[in-house]
This record gives sequence, structure tokens and C-alpha cells, in this order.
Amino acid sequence: MTDIQTAPPAPETPAPPASRGGRFVIFGLSLSLGALIAWIALIALLAIVALSMFRNAQNPAAEGNVAPDFTLTTFSGEQISLADLQGKVVVVNFWASWCKPCEQEAADLETAWQFYRPRGDVVFLGVDYVDTETEAMAYLEKFDITYPNGADLGTRISQAYRIKGVPETYVIAPDGRLAGARIGPFTSLAQIQAMIDPLLSP
Amino acid sequence: MVANFGYGALVIALLVSLYGIGAAFYGVRKNNQGWVNSARNAMLLTWPLVTLAALSIIYLLVTNHYEVEYVSSVTSNSMPFYLKVTALWGGQAGSLIFWSWLMSGFASAVTLRKWDRDREFLPWVIIVSLVTLAFFLALSIFFENPFESLWQTPTGNITKSMLMPAGAIPFIPADGSGLNPLLRHPGMIIHPPMLYLGFVSFVIPYAFAIAALVTGRTDDRWIRLTRRWTLVAWLFLSLGLLLGGRWAYDVLGWGGYWGWDPVEIAAFMPWLTGTAFLHSVMIQEKRGMLKHWNMILVILTYNLVIFGTFLTRSGVLSSVHAFAQSAIGPAFFAFIGLTFIISLSLLLRRWNELKSETQMTSMISREALFLLNNLLFMGILVVCFWGVIFPLISELFTGQKVTVGPPFYERATAPLFAGLLLLMGIAPLSAWRYTTAKTLGRAMWKPFIASLVIVGVVLLTGVRSLPALLGFWLCGFVVSVTLYEFWRGAMARHHRAGESLPLALWRLAGRNRRRYGGYIIHLGVVLMAIGIIGIEMFQTETQGALQQGERLELAGYSISFDSLANFDTPDGRNVSRAVISVFRDGNYLGELHPRRDYYYESEQNMTIPGVRSTWEDDFYVLLVDWQPISSAGATFKVYHNPLVNWLWLGGLVFILGTLVAAWPDRDPETSRATARGSAYASVKA
Amino acid sequence: MMQPSLPKFKSIGWLVLANLVLAILLFGVAHAQKSEPVGVTDDQINAVAKQLYCPVCENIPLDVCPTQACAQWRSLIGEKLAAGWSEDQIKDYFVAQYGDRVLATPPARGLNWLVYIIPPVAIILGAFILYRAMRGWRQPASASRQVETGSGSSGDEYVTRLEEELRRR
Repeated sequence: MTDIQTAPPAPETPAPPASRGGRFVIFGLSLSLGALIAWIALIALLAIVALSMFRNAQNPAAEGNVAPDFTLTTFSGEQISLADLQGKVVVVNFWASWCKPCEQEAADLETAWQFYRPRGDVVFLGVDYVDTETEAMAYLEKFDITYPNGADLGTRISQAYRIKGVPETYVIAPDGRLAGARIGPFTSLAQIQAMIDPLLSP
Repeated sequence: MVANFGYGALVIALLVSLYGIGAAFYGVRKNNQGWVNSARNAMLLTWPLVTLAALSIIYLLVTNHYEVEYVSSVTSNSMPFYLKVTALWGGQAGSLIFWSWLMSGFASAVTLRKWDRDREFLPWVIIVSLVTLAFFLALSIFFENPFESLWQTPTGNITKSMLMPAGAIPFIPADGSGLNPLLRHPGMIIHPPMLYLGFVSFVIPYAFAIAALVTGRTDDRWIRLTRRWTLVAWLFLSLGLLLGGRWAYDVLGWGGYWGWDPVEIAAFMPWLTGTAFLHSVMIQEKRGMLKHWNMILVILTYNLVIFGTFLTRSGVLSSVHAFAQSAIGPAFFAFIGLTFIISLSLLLRRWNELKSETQMTSMISREALFLLNNLLFMGILVVCFWGVIFPLISELFTGQKVTVGPPFYERATAPLFAGLLLLMGIAPLSAWRYTTAKTLGRAMWKPFIASLVIVGVVLLTGVRSLPALLGFWLCGFVVSVTLYEFWRGAMARHHRAGESLPLALWRLAGRNRRRYGGYIIHLGVVLMAIGIIGIEMFQTETQGALQQGERLELAGYSISFDSLANFDTPDGRNVSRAVISVFRDGNYLGELHPRRDYYYESEQNMTIPGVRSTWEDDFYVLLVDWQPISSAGATFKVYHNPLVNWLWLGGLVFILGTLVAAWPDRDPETSRATARGSAYASVKA
Repeated sequence: MMQPSLPKFKSIGWLVLANLVLAILLFGVAHAQKSEPVGVTDDQINAVAKQLYCPVCENIPLDVCPTQACAQWRSLIGEKLAAGWSEDQIKDYFVAQYGDRVLATPPARGLNWLVYIIPPVAIILGAFILYRAMRGWRQPASASRQVETGSGSSGDEYVTRLEEELRRR
């Protein structure tokens, strides 16, 4: 369109008499202090908004990346750290007692756990998202869940995995990378197995 | 078929807009009026086209064409006719069409005026309007298309698209999901259109400002041309905000009217800059000062409108109001980036030409006080903007989500609003140019005494809270000053022309609509302030489970739960309606009927309070819908909101004042004389 | 002034002290018994819930949020209140469980200080800029006085009438 210079730059001339402060020359433009500040503020605002949008869009945690590490304190008091489980397939399931769709997959998850348990190289972890302990324990009892479950204190784990809701399940390969993600409940045991089996060593 | 027709109309409208932009540019380049006229015709053509598109949607909505995805998402069989029409703006895709329709309408209206004296503005006004319109049309055509149909693919999935996917068959649901129950309230029907009207009409002053910057005609002309537009835009925006508050109070069930929700704030920010602009243009007209600042304000207002629309619709903000996240985010962002950068560039380019003869003779002259008024408005804007942006910053830099809630905004803005109230009382008494403390004091002492009397009365009612007393004093002071101004003016006419007092008042306001309309608006603000002080500082609440016959007490009132009726309605809801008897100090006052509506198709609840409204207070009873509701027992939440109805009354007066200020002058002779008269800049003007 | 014999004073003194201690203990116990309510009222729960925000839904205070999850959190608050927890303790617990976003305003630590500092700084900066600008515009009052009547309200009626007259023309 049109050029946006205030005036053709005159290299020999010092600061024009009208301005109070010194002028800055950036990219060939002569800017007063006020103009410089205005531009910086604008660019900063646009950058913040752009980054926020980018961050929002980046969901869930990208497959192929290293799965974010975390430490889960189970309801029975033990501390389980993801780093310690390296070498095993880890299934991280985010749930909540107030989440109706979570109930659909609860039984299948427990069955899958019992199925893979004898092998010793598959671990199921349940992360309770924004819940109350009493209700959570009632939920676990209702579905007879035996694999380790703990509360996501401070929502740190769910923020690390950038979950958008519950239930969401993340499968982590033995090398620590994220192998797959399931947004929403599993509708069958076969689906769970389909995500785990490719990662198992025979 | 109709869907394709509507879509076609949209596409043609976009093409016509793009042509208009090109033609206008070319006309300016070649200094050829013919091309500019062609662009103008293109502008005019967009309106019937977009109207056809809008009418197509309305037709589809009203005739239950559920194979169109938008129709099935916002209507259902059981919805009444009028709601189906208003479902046009019930969802994202439809509301964008509505936006475009208003934009093309207003821009066309502007192009229809006489342009002889301002010919060089025309192409740029056309360009800015068409660029904005083209953007919104493009959003509809490429991202949020209301004309897409539902298809069932061979794999069994249901998708939506404009053209039939390979091997798919049309999918026609038997019924739609229906409009969100919250949106079916009359307030919610008018609130979005009012807001959109306000947003869209602010584009016009911006277009003129850009035209002024580009053409170098940086004198008053662009302001004079858009003065009425700005006032009308501001009227609609104010109305939209007021209606939103009223709707929230009536229907949302938390006994409040403003939640400092980011989306509310997104609509509030352009109102702040718009109000600041309305005041500071008076300085430019009277004293020729502040040309830079007025440009900045108009540019800010438009950009805040677009930015606010973006925040609401892109999913960046977490809010109850926000539309679901969609793909329009990045496109919107690009548009915002473009408009921000171009606006700033143009402004800086013409910065030195906006210089004016600025003389400030007194720090308490009216122009100085107007500047202070602007400072306070900007302060409130900074608080609002920062509160909305900070959670984004926090999440980016620390990964921690935080909430910036009402306590932050209330504490930060209360002193600023109080300062504005104070200025409302002092500024009318201050003169342009020359005011000394002595003259101001002399003008002020009578209203000041009157305001102290008012505080005395308030003290008698038992109010002891210092902030409340200060607030009431400020209200009393502003009322005294404003009524004093009316009285003085009317008395002058009475003495001079022998007019009776009522006639004098009428003629006074009629001759100087802007000033006295403005005073009426100030009175409206004061009434609103009284209501706000009442409900914010003195609200009490209680909650309790009641069995039939049991009582609950609050603030000297008591209620008893008499009975509960449960029935279905023809428009698809199940209603539980409680009968409550209200007593005060033992005296029976009447019945209230809070109810809970359960909408079958959307499986959502709505609780409507039973309210007893008087000038003194609102007694507000809700059924708590997350506890069991039956004739055996139910849980009730009761609010006592003192003085809240002054808020709504104030809103009415506010709108009335704006109408007075915006009313066109019958006699062009009068308006010219007014301009001349005020050029004498006498002490009181 | 009589000087009581020391031993007698001593025994009376101890008696008084014992009574005092007993009274305090009894009062304290009675007070403690009183402060343990039979059931926590909805109002007490709401008073705490009002200050917290629903961790899942956006920007909805906990006392009006209708979801099942929020109902659970409210009963959790009720349990904690019944167990004698103070308001602050409950709020801290919620923050530990669900993160900072449950609070109505960001806790003042780390980056969050910016929330509270930037607005006042910006306003003061704005006021300063305005002041400097106005100073720059200021003319000595005598230099540019013109034809306008400079007096205040003494020419009140006359001036208003004059103004009206001019407007009518």
C-alpha cells in the first residue's frame, strides 16, 4: 500500500527539532520514544495472544514427544513417579467421580489391568482430576478398581498433559515417549488392547 | 436449495465487497470519481445480498429444515415461532451473519448521505467498511458456515459440509437440539442485537477517522460528521450492556447483575473509550485541543470492539459466555493484527499534523476536568484490560491458571468510579478556560449544602458505613448540581421570555440537546449508582431447606413454603412451581412463585426467581435446583437487595437522556447558531 | 492501709487464682462446646464457597454453581467446617488440591504481583503524563485574557440571558 515512514530518513540530520526526547532508528524508521513504546506494547500484546491461542490449540500432549514426568501420591499413601516406570508401558487415565462418561470405561479398564498384570511390564495409573476424596473412594469401590489411583494435587499433572476434560487416557511407551492418546471413554476392552499391544515386546 | 441460495448470496456479497475495495483504491489512485461511485454502488449492493442470506437462514429456521446443521443446533419442534426467528443470533454461525447484515446496512446508510463537501473521505470510508464486512463474510463463508448440511458417510459418521461428500446420504434429524434455555428469555433476545448494533456502528466513526488520517484532513470535520453516529453507537452499546445486566439478574439466579466475566468486560471496554471520546470531543470542538487524543480514542474503540469480538469467539478466554472454541481464532487474530498495525502506522504518520493550539489557562477549568475524566476512564480501562489479559500471561509464563475475579475489579475500579461521580458534580460548574477556586467555590456552595442535607437523611435511616455514606453523598452532590443547572437555565428563560417553568425546561433542553441530554444521562448514572451502592454494600442472603409449612427469615422478612406444583408445558419443559408466602414483621405481603424449568430436549435446568420489587428493595426467592425439589420439601435461596430497582430506573433515564442528546435538530439554523453562540465561550457555556 | 498477713493473703490469693483458672477452663470448654455446631448451615457453607471458584466450570463462584461436582465440593466444605476448620484453612486446602485458580484473585506471589502493581502504576504514570502535558500548555492567566467576562457568578443571570439571546439569533 503506502509506505509508513514519517519522513524520508535523512542520515546526516540529527534529531528533528520538534521532538523532546531522542529519536530511535529501527528498520530505517525514525521513531520517537512514545511511538517506540506504542509499537513494543502492540507487538507484545499480539505475541501474548498468539502464543495463548497456539497453546490452547495444542491439545492433547503431542504424540511422539517425551511424556511429561510426574509423581502421583496414591490414596493409600505411596508415591509413584513416572520416571521410575521407564521400560514399562504406562497407561495414564484421567477420571473423576462426577464424570458420567468415565463410568462407561471403568469396568473395561479394570479388566484390561487384570489381563496385563501377570506380564509385569504394563502399569495402569488412575489420576483423579479435581475431585473429593470421599467421592473418589466410593467410585473406586463401586467399580472394584485395583490399580493405583491418586488425586491430581493442584491440577499439576492434568495441566502438564493439557487435558481438556475427562476422561482422557494417555499411553506411554517403554522408552518414555507418548505413544497414543484417547480423548473420551473407551467403548470396549478391545480398544484398550489395541493401544497397548503394539508397544509390548513379545 | 434455499441453503445453497443463501450461501450463494454470501459469496456474491464477498466478491462485490472485494470489488468495491479495489474500485475505491483505484478511484483514489487515478483521482477518478467514476470508480469511486462504482465502489459506492458495490457497497449499496452488499446490503440486499446479505439480507437475502439472512432471510434464507430465517426461512430455514422457521420451517424446521433440520438437515441444515445450524438449524438443528439452535431450533427444535417445540420452540415457538418468534424464538425460531431470533435463533438467527442464537449460535456462532448465525450471529456472524447477523453482524455482517448490520455492517452492510449501516455502511450503506452512511454512503447514502450527501458527500459533496467531503468527497475525499468517501473512498476511505467505503474501504474501511468493506474491509470489515469482507472479513466477517469470509469468516462465514470459510469457517462458520450456517448453510452447511448434515451428511451420513458410508462409515456411519455424521459430518457437516456444504457439498455432499462422496457416497454420503443426507442426514435429516427428526428434531433439533433447541436453543439453550438461558437464551429464551426476552432480555436475551434483545441483548445480543443491541450489542451488535453498538459494536457495528462504532465502525463508522473509525472509518471517518481513518479517512481523515489518510487524506490529511485532520481538522474537526470528521468529528462533526460522525458526532451523531457515535452517540447512537454508544446508545446501543449502553442499552446492550444494561439489558445484559437485567437479564442476568432476572434469570441467572445468583442475585447479581454483573459478574466481571471476561466476556462482559470485552463489551464494556469499548464503552469506556466511547464515553471518554464523547467527552473529549467537546474539548476539541470548544477549544480545538486534543486532536491526537481523539484519534487515539476512536481507534482504540474500534480495535477494542474487534478485539472483544475475537476474545468472545475464539476460545482464548475461559468464560461462561464464550462461544465454543472454533477455527476462526487464527483468522480473527490475523485481522486484528492487521487493523492494529495499520491504525497505529497511520496515526504515527500524521502525528505532527494533528498538533493544535493548546492553551490551558486553569487547572480546574472545564477542559482540565474533562481531561481528568478521560484519565479516570482510561484507568478503568487499564484495570479491565489487564485483568482479562493477565490469566493468559500467567498461563504462558508459569503454566499456572489463575482467576482474576470480581474482588480485583471492584477494589480497583471503585475509587475511579467515585472520582468520576465527583467530576460529574464539579465539571458542570466549571467554566471553559477561566475558573479559579473562588469562582468554582461560589458556584458550588449551594449544591454542596443540599448534598449534605441528603447525607443527613441517609444517616437518619441508620446507614453507618463510611463508603456507603461517601457514595450517597456523591450521588446527592451530582443530583444537586445537575438539577441546579436545569433550574438556572430555566429561570433565565423564564425571566427573559416569560415562559412558564415547564415550558422553559422543555425549550432549554430542546435548544441545547447535547448539553441537557448529557445532564439527564448524568442523572441516570446517579440513579444507577444509588442502586449499585444498595445492592453491593447492603445485600444479604440466606439459604435453607424447607418442608411444607416451614419458615425462613432474612432482613426482617420471612417466607413460608406453602405448596409445590409440577406440570409439563407444551413448549417442551417440565415446571416445578413453588408457592411462597412472604411476611414482613408479621404482616402478610403476598405470594411469590419461584420455579424450576427443566427442558427435556437439552436436559438443562433454568431457575426463575420469585421477586417482590419495591423502590426500597427487592426480595428475591430462588429454588435451589441441585437439591431435591418436591412438595415434601425444597431448598430455597433468598436474597435481599436494597435499592436495586433504582439501578433499572437509572438505566431508563440514561437511555432517555441519550435519546434527547442524539435527537436530530429540526432547524439547521438553530444548530448553526448554537455553534456560533458557544464560540463566544462565555463563562457558563 | 492495712497490711494483711502474708500467709492469709497467700491462701486467699491461691483460691482466687484457682477459681479464676477454673472459670476460664469452664468458660473455654463451654465455648468450645458452643462452637461445635450440631449441623453446619447452608449459609455457613456459602460464606466460604462464595470466596472460591468452581475448579472445573469457568468463572462461576462455588456457591451458585449447579453441577454435581460443585455440590460435592460444597459438602466437602461443610465437612471441614463441622470438623472445626477455619475459613483460611479450607481455602488453603482447596488451593493445595485444585490449584490457584479456585481463588477469586491470584495469590500475591511471584509473577502475580504484576496483577496488583500494574494498574496503579499505569494510572499514576498517566496522571504524570497528563500533568506534564497540562503544565506545558499552561499560559499565564493575565497574558491571554480576552473579551469574555471573566467574573464568576456575579454576572450570573445576565450572562445566561446573554447566552440564550445569542443562541436564539
